[in-house]
Amino acid sequence: MARQAVRQANRSDVRKHEGFLQHGGYRWLWIALALCAVSIAAYLMIDAEPRPRGGTIYGYTLGTIGALLIGWLSLFGIRKRAITTGVYSLKAWLSAHVYLGVSLLVIGTLHAGFHFGWNVHTLAYALMVFVIVSGMFGAAAYAVLPKELSANRGETTQRQWLETIRSLDALLRDAAQPLDRTEADAVRLSTEQTTIGGSFLNRLSGQYPGCGNSRAISEISRLGRGGTSPHAAALDLVDSLLKRKQATLDQARRHIRLRTILEMWLYIHVPVTFALLAALTAHIVSVFFYW
Amino acid sequence: MADKVRIAIVGSGPAGLSAAAHAAKIGVSHVLLEKTDHLSDTIYSYQKKKYVMATPTQLVLRADLDFEAGYRETILDVWNKGIADGGVNVRYNAEVKGVSGEKGDFTLTLTNGDKVQAETIILSIGTQGNPNLMRCPGGDLPHVQYQLADPGAYIDEHIFIIGAGDAGIENALGLAADPAQANVVSIVNRSADFSRAKDANVTNLMAARDAGRVSTYTEASPAKVEGGWITLEIPDGETRLKCDRIIARLGSSPPRKFVESLGIEFTSDSRDAYPKLSPNFETTAPGVYVIGALAGYPLIKHCMNQGHDVVEYINGNVTLAPADEPILAQKLAHLPGGLPVAAWLEFLREKVEILNGLSPLQMREFLIDSEVRFYRADEVIFERNSIGSSLFGIASGSVKVEINAANPAITVPISAGSIFGEVGLISGRRRGSTIRASEDTIVIEIPRNAALKLMASVKEARDTVNRITTERTVLQIFGSGLTAHDVADVLAKSEVKEIKPGEAIIREGDESYDIYIVRRGSMVVEREIGGKPVFLNYIPAGQWAGEVSLVEGGKRNATVRAAIRSEVIKLDGDLFRILLNRKPELVARLRAEMSTRRRINEYIDKEKDKFSGVLDYYTSVAKFLVDQGVGEATDVLLIDERLCVGCDNCEKACADAHDGLSRLDREAGRTYANLHVPTSCRHCEHPHCMTDCPPNAIHRGPDGEVFIDNTCIGCGNCQRFCPYGVIRMDKPPPKKPGLASWLLFGMGPGPGEPDKAWKEANAKAGDGSHKQAIKCDMCSGIKGGPACVRACPTGAAIRVSPENFLSVALLDRGRE
Ligand SMILES: Cc1cc2nc3c(=O)[nH]c(=O)nc-3n(C[C@H](O)[C@H](O)[C@H](O)COP(=O)(O)OP(=O)(O)OC[C@H]3O[C@@H](n4cnc5c(N)ncnc54)[C@H](O)[C@@H]3O)c2cc1C
Ligand code: HEM
Ligand code: SF4
Ligand code: SF4
Ligand code: SF4
Repeated sequence: MARQAVRQANRSDVRKHEGFLQHGGYRWLWIALALCAVSIAAYLMIDAEPRPRGGTIYGYTLGTIGALLIGWLSLFGIRKRAITTGVYSLKAWLSAHVYLGVSLLVIGTLHAGFHFGWNVHTLAYALMVFVIVSGMFGAAAYAVLPKELSANRGETTQRQWLETIRSLDALLRDAAQPLDRTEADAVRLSTEQTTIGGSFLNRLSGQYPGCGNSRAISEISRLGRGGTSPHAAALDLVDSLLKRKQATLDQARRHIRLRTILEMWLYIHVPVTFALLAALTAHIVSVFFYW
Repeated sequence: MADKVRIAIVGSGPAGLSAAAHAAKIGVSHVLLEKTDHLSDTIYSYQKKKYVMATPTQLVLRADLDFEAGYRETILDVWNKGIADGGVNVRYNAEVKGVSGEKGDFTLTLTNGDKVQAETIILSIGTQGNPNLMRCPGGDLPHVQYQLADPGAYIDEHIFIIGAGDAGIENALGLAADPAQANVVSIVNRSADFSRAKDANVTNLMAARDAGRVSTYTEASPAKVEGGWITLEIPDGETRLKCDRIIARLGSSPPRKFVESLGIEFTSDSRDAYPKLSPNFETTAPGVYVIGALAGYPLIKHCMNQGHDVVEYINGNVTLAPADEPILAQKLAHLPGGLPVAAWLEFLREKVEILNGLSPLQMREFLIDSEVRFYRADEVIFERNSIGSSLFGIASGSVKVEINAANPAITVPISAGSIFGEVGLISGRRRGSTIRASEDTIVIEIPRNAALKLMASVKEARDTVNRITTERTVLQIFGSGLTAHDVADVLAKSEVKEIKPGEAIIREGDESYDIYIVRRGSMVVEREIGGKPVFLNYIPAGQWAGEVSLVEGGKRNATVRAAIRSEVIKLDGDLFRILLNRKPELVARLRAEMSTRRRINEYIDKEKDKFSGVLDYYTSVAKFLVDQGVGEATDVLLIDERLCVGCDNCEKACADAHDGLSRLDREAGRTYANLHVPTSCRHCEHPHCMTDCPPNAIHRGPDGEVFIDNTCIGCGNCQRFCPYGVIRMDKPPPKKPGLASWLLFGMGPGPGEPDKAWKEANAKAGDGSHKQAIKCDMCSGIKGGPACVRACPTGAAIRVSPENFLSVALLDRGRE
């Protein structure tokens, strides 16, 4: 066991088996809760008249904490991509990101003192809420979807699906040789008009109404099969190839759908973060200069 | 051929070529006999454009042919020209199948019946051996081939691959890779599954089969070959299929039989043994010399130097100092005493017991790989818990072992002539104690590979190491103030046994009470619950099994079987009980360990009704992990697919931390119960990849990582030997713009390994980098440890070692 101790010691927590939500025994959840509790308690205790808001000491404090938090939260994208040396864990960062990010909801609202209006201050607040809500969506997706992703994928990889589809296409082209014109055209629907990913809506819904391959399948079955002639055998072969292709397509598309959900919120989360940073700057500048 | 030549050189690899070139140069009559119709078949068979490296760099080339690092094509051209210009007498298609006569008057018989007369023979046939042949009728037809140089060269053919080992599968996949070639590729496997090949290959083959690119015939064998057709014997009869080409990959038989038929003795029966040689490369058959890979020197430079030297020796210049003399001299220069190289070699050989049986030539080779070190009194040689698998022999002086970590004053001496460090060598585990020099001491440090080779080729060395290891293991494991004297009886009856994977050493319900020490490999402990085996525990090398029945009597309460190929030391129960009666401390020691094991047992007993599903789960996951090589791993990357969002940040981090090449493939690999074992190095206790690395470029580093250093020649052997398919051959991509330029201005390909198109577009010509073996190095030297794990945002990626993961931790997972 001694050798374990040595390795453990110089390896921080790489062996800990905990997800980002549980990280460190919910350390950041507790810290975030404490932060919220202190803020709320202070808000109630100070109970100043007029009600505390941005302009008071208490308000400044919360505002500063909030702004620093937003700045720090925005750095996550860089932390994620800068592979530096040193003991850090992106999981710990994400854990803190998620819980402190949610706590901003409380801090920001208290900082605003429930005063809203049509101005840059409320714009900043709204953008912040928007980022946070999208983040919550993302965290929820991260927590539940991977299991489905794994179940769908089994032990195959994306590259294998693409290769399978490509080689089925080659076989389909061969198999279509003995067919007559209309039938061959149906097969070409599959080989030439099938997109795997498709538009954002396709990917998100997993529905592919105009899918060339499914059209090819129904065309072929409409054109009729059966019998024992060589021609019928060729049609049977085509039909089974089309169905194999469909199965692979379905699997790939389920994968794509889940990956789309796991990623799409980032297309809100990140751009709105930039908008938020701009609005926040405007908010701070306007408070200091025009107040 | 009537004329008798001075020297017949058999085999035109780098060794034979160089010998022939030198003979021609100094005007010695000679003939170079080559089996194929071209020179140097091994190198000729490298893949096209293979970059051939000229290691070791510090060794000077002493040959009449040029050789420097370069492409296969260039090197072969230079040699072809050198041989033609030098007036070398070559005979192609001249495979030697037998030799008769004696020194001064040999007759070599070729397969075509021709005879060649020679005074001496240089055997430089390498280690390739001969491919096993197709034995069915028609197996000798011209469209049956045993090699596939360029899979791209065949179009529109019906091709059958016979033999479904890695080579066969790789050929099949290569031929079917490009649909445009329109080959119809089939692979024929004698057994029902593809268990002989690597997982990665089998997975790819299955995918290719499912995609209709390759047909597979299992439990099938060729029955007859005709022009254009092959007949296969399949389980329900025979079938005749269209076939334009057959590629038989049935393995090859090493050339040893042939060599022995010439009256040449080998150093031992082991498969790794080499012919016995004098310092001048003469074998036990006078007048027959062996050089090159066959003599145990696989690097081209060595081969060529030996070719030169052996001709000099045969020509009477017996005092010529070998080309490695300066290297050895430099190695020994720092030692006190200032002896010449030969004297040092003799000194070491005589003093260190396990080296006694070596020949002067073997000693030279040995020293090239090893280091001779000088330590002053009290200097540390190695520390407890450091990683190391080299073996030390004490040439003069003595050392002391600090057996008690808490009190370094308690030491045990080891005297001159003996060895230490053997536990790390045998088990691949960390050093058990710190060792210091007691006085001024000279030791020889023998790296793992050289030590294994030594044990394989010299029986006395093997016996000595085994005897010493058993004694020390027993003393070290059981501790409690035992001395060698106490355990002498037990040791005298001890046995070292090799255990096959899955074989049981102890069976539940048996009445036996022997005790076993796992000396290499690992064991799993199972109990039958509700008619099914339940996984209880994992025993790594360096621990023992079977103490409960020994101490407390009664039937065996669990089954212990090998997780992987293992070696155990069996200690006789009766003798051990006598020892226990004399040594109550030892009983206490065993009981302490038993209590932890018993806790697991009781826990399982308690849980078994409530959680039978969990236990099943636990057992099946443990089994899956052991099958995936976790049983021989020291450190393995796992991905919990319940958490992995597929962002591939782990791969990107790996690439960014390592010259832009990722050493892991997250998606590939096996998955069970949401536990995914990605394609990434397991840092095996006894790495298979080290088996045959010509420049010895694979090592175990200070953190236990198995890594490949820069001397890698890119031969791909390690890739073939690694059963987990984790080694890739590649060269670093061009440097990309930094993260800030990408974030702000979108410059470069962004984080992670650049795609192929970018690599090609940005490649700089002649940047001097060539394909080398690339694998996970556990991020050694990178502060903070494994980048893949640090960069996983969700905590899905973890690195574990089997003894803390293959444990109750799995039970907790099952319950979630
Ligand atoms: C893929 C690969 C890459 C490598 N890369 C490198 C590298 O980059 N640098 C390096 O230094 N080393 C490299 N090596 C190792 C090196 O190629 C070999 O160790 C070396 O070629 C051995 O030389 P040799 O002369 O002893 O035997 P070989 O080169 O094996 O030559 C033996 C010759 O003998 C002939 N022969 C065999 N039997 C008979 C017979 N009965 N009668 C007549 N002729 C016979 C064979 O046809 C062959 O031509 C590599 C090895 C491999 C497999
Ligand atoms: C104002 C508050 C927030 C800001 C400014 C912010 C900003 C960011 C930024 C810049 C990224 C990097 C995205 C990338 O480059 O890939 C990110 C990622 C993320 N954020 Fe937030 N965030 C905020 C709040 C939250 C909250 C409240 C949650 C969850 C409850 C959350 C969850 C996440 C998650 C799950 C990721 C993705 C991690 C990954 O896959 O790399 N964020 N955030
Ligand atoms: S590369 Fe070597 S150490 Fe790593 S998994 Fe393969 S055989 Fe084991
Ligand atoms: S430990 Fe380091 S080298 Fe190994 S896979 Fe992870 S990042 Fe790559
Ligand atoms: S970094 Fe983690 S979540 Fe992302 S792909 Fe790798 S294991 Fe999965």
